[in-house]
Amino acid sequence: MSIAPHDPSPIDAHTGTATTGHEWDGIRELNTPLPRWWLYMLYASIVWAFGYMIVYPAVPLVSSYTKGLFGWSARRAVAEELAALTAQRAPMVNALAAASLTEIEKDPKLLSFARAQGKAAFGDNCAPCHGAGGGGAKAFPNLNDDDWLWAGTLEDISATLTHGIRSADPQARVGNMPAFGADGLLKPAEVSAVADYARSLSGLAVDAKADLKTGAKVFEENCAACHGPEGKGIQEIGAPNLTDQIWLYGSDKATVVEGINKGRGGVMPNWGGRLDAGTIKALAVYVHTLGGSGG
Amino acid sequence: MSLWNKHAIFERNSIILILGVLIVISIGGLVEVLPLFYLKSTIEKVDGVRPYTPLELAGRNIYIREGCYNCHSQMIRALRDEVERYGHYSLASESMYDHPFQWGSKRNGPDLARVGNKYSDDWQRRHLHNPRDVVPGSIMPGYPWLAKTELQASRISQDMSVLAIEGVPYTSEMIENANVDLKAQAADDDAGAAALVKRYPKAAARAYGEEKGVVTEADALIAYLQMLGTQVDFKIYDDKANLR
Repeated sequence: MSIAPHDPSPIDAHTGTATTGHEWDGIRELNTPLPRWWLYMLYASIVWAFGYMIVYPAVPLVSSYTKGLFGWSARRAVAEELAALTAQRAPMVNALAAASLTEIEKDPKLLSFARAQGKAAFGDNCAPCHGAGGGGAKAFPNLNDDDWLWAGTLEDISATLTHGIRSADPQARVGNMPAFGADGLLKPAEVSAVADYARSLSGLAVDAKADLKTGAKVFEENCAACHGPEGKGIQEIGAPNLTDQIWLYGSDKATVVEGINKGRGGVMPNWGGRLDAGTIKALAVYVHTLGGSGG
Repeated sequence: MSLWNKHAIFERNSIILILGVLIVISIGGLVEVLPLFYLKSTIEKVDGVRPYTPLELAGRNIYIREGCYNCHSQMIRALRDEVERYGHYSLASESMYDHPFQWGSKRNGPDLARVGNKYSDDWQRRHLHNPRDVVPGSIMPGYPWLAKTELQASRISQDMSVLAIEGVPYTSEMIENANVDLKAQAADDDAGAAALVKRYPKAAARAYGEEKGVVTEADALIAYLQMLGTQVDFKIYDDKANLR
C-alpha cells in the first residue's frame, strides 16, 4: 500500500471526477463532491445557529448567561400563556365565583360551564379513586347514587372537597369507626353476632344459627350512638346507613366482621390548598349533578 | 500546504485521533454542563426544601429498585397543559437533594412530581397491590409483595452518609438517629415524632400501613410518594423572582 498525497494526475479519466489522490494497489478513490443543495443547507443551518444564539438565551458567562434579544424565558412564556388562559376564562369564572351554588344550578349557561370545568378537573384529580364516571370502587364511594356518607347537598359536597375527610386540614370531616375487635371492646362472639344483625338490617339472608338477639343488644349498646337506633346512619359524623343495599367495603360477613374488628375510616385529601376556589365550585356542581341530594 | 491537509496526522496515528475526538466531545460537554455547577441562577432559592427523612429515603430506594422511573417522570415542564394537569412546574431546587434525580424521560404513567397528598394512603396501598382494583383501565403492574415484605433499613444511615458526601445537608445528629426517626415516622403517636419533625420540618408521621409494629416496603414507598412535591409552598413562592 502506498499513499501519494500529491498525485500529479488527480482527475479520474473514466468519470472526469477528481480523486482523493490516494492510491491503493493501483486503485484510486473518487472524491465526488457533496450535492450543492445539501452543502448550502448545511451552511444555512450554521448561519441560523448563530442567529439563534443571538436571539435566544444561549451562552453561559461567568455569573450569568446571554439573555437573547427577545429576553425569552420558558417560565415567562408559560406564565403568559396561563395568564391568557385565565383572561379567556375570566368572564365565566367570575360569574361562577359571584353566583351561589344554588344559583349556578338554576342558570343553564353557568351550569354547563361549571359541569364542563368540573368534569375536566374530576378526570385529573378525582377519577383515580372515585372512577372515571364517579362509579367508585371498593373503599371509595360511588358518587352516582343517592347514598351520601357526609350529606350530598351542594354546600356539603363543597365543604368535603375543600377540607377533605380525615385529612390534614384542621376543618376536615372527622368521625371514626372504632376497632371494636382489635381494641378489645367486643369479644369475637359478640362481633360475629352484631355482624349478623347489621347484615340483617338491610334484609340480607343470615345464617339460621345466627344469634340476632345478642346482636341487637350489642348494636344498641355500641353502634346505635353513631349509626342510629335503626341503623339509618348519621351524616354529620359520616356514619353510613346500614339499612340500604349499598356497601362500601362489601356485604359478605367476613368483610363486615373485618370492619367491626379493625374499624374503618377512609381518607379524602383536602383539595382547598391544591385547587383554586373556582375549580372546587365547579367540581361541587359537577359531583352534585352526578347524584347529589337536596338544594 | 493548507491547514486542511493536517488531518493526515490524525489519520495516521490512532492515539492522536482518540485524543482529538476526546477534546472535541468534551468541549460540548463542558460548555453545556459545567456552567450549571457555578451559575447561581441554576437553582432557585426557596424555603421548605429539606433532605429526605430516613423512611422517605428508604421508600425512594424502593422506587429506584422497582424501576418506577421507567414509566413515571418526576418533572412537570413549564408548559401550559402540564401546569394545568399536574400543578406548578417543577423547580430545580425541588430535586437538589436527589442523587440520582428521578426526572425520568418516559410517561407510560402520569407524572409523579406532585403526587404527594393527592390520594389517600389507603388508595396508594390498594393501588400498589393491584392497580386495577381502583383504576380499571390501568396498565401498571401490581406490586403485592411490597406490603408483605418487611423493610430492611439497617443500612439507611450509611445511605445518608454517602449522600452527605455528595452534598446533601445531613447532620451527624440526623445520621445517628436514622433508625429511630425511621420507626417514629412509620407509626401513629410515636414518642420520637416530635424530634423527627424538628430535624425534618413538616415530616408526616403516621401509620402508613395496616399492620401495627411492622414497617413494610410499601409503607416506606407510600411515605415517599406522599411527600413528593409538597415541600415548596407555592402560595408564598415568588414566580417572578425566578423567571428564566
